[in-house]
Amino acid sequence: MKLQTVSIFVDDQQHALEFYTTRLGFTVSADIPMGEHRWLTVVDPERPDSTQISLEPKGHPAVVPFTDALLADGIPFCVLGVDDVQAEYDRLLALGETFTQPPTAMGPVIIAVLDDTCGNLLQLAQWVG
Amino acid sequence: MADVYKALADQTRRALLDELLERDEQTLFELCSRLAMNHDLTPSRQAVSQHLDVLEQAGLVHTERRGRYKFHTIDTTPLSQITERWRPRKATP
Repeated sequence: MKLQTVSIFVDDQQHALEFYTTRLGFTVSADIPMGEHRWLTVVDPERPDSTQISLEPKGHPAVVPFTDALLADGIPFCVLGVDDVQAEYDRLLALGETFTQPPTAMGPVIIAVLDDTCGNLLQLAQWVG
Repeated sequence: MADVYKALADQTRRALLDELLERDEQTLFELCSRLAMNHDLTPSRQAVSQHLDVLEQAGLVHTERRGRYKFHTIDTTPLSQITERWRPRKATP
């Protein structure tokens, strides 16, 4: 058994698709029309068999209060591993993206917290051992 | 303004002020991580939030909601009343 797909709730699927591909570098794995919404997943292009991220519309009424509460307290929804947090931070800032926490050493990891512009915070983490 | 002395009486609240002095505009998430990492303090998020409320009422912390997130900033102004009240005395020869 393996973790095949995880969901991230997004305000707008098309906008999320653009952010996760052009800004974060993921590639589309599935894009299937499902009525009003799409089954839309992205994956690391270097590891197409790895866990996919489903960019899930915020259809359920419980989702918006949940994601808004996490956002207000600065809690990241998931962790993305990177080789160099500082480099990603500089690159994304130059593109006009927003961080709620700059690269910060936290013991064995350096972390930063990025706004995905779709209603979530993402933690970028670099393992330094 | 609420009691600055009471606000300072708690170890966790003092640690929160220490961390905010390191960097302003921290989220609750960052403050909780820093308490655990740098002070070995692991209170619940709810408890940290309540500590921040006490500090805010004492005027030692300001919170600002920007966009959809909330940031915390230290304000040391209320501490001046302590030194004004107990001015250091010059040693008499």
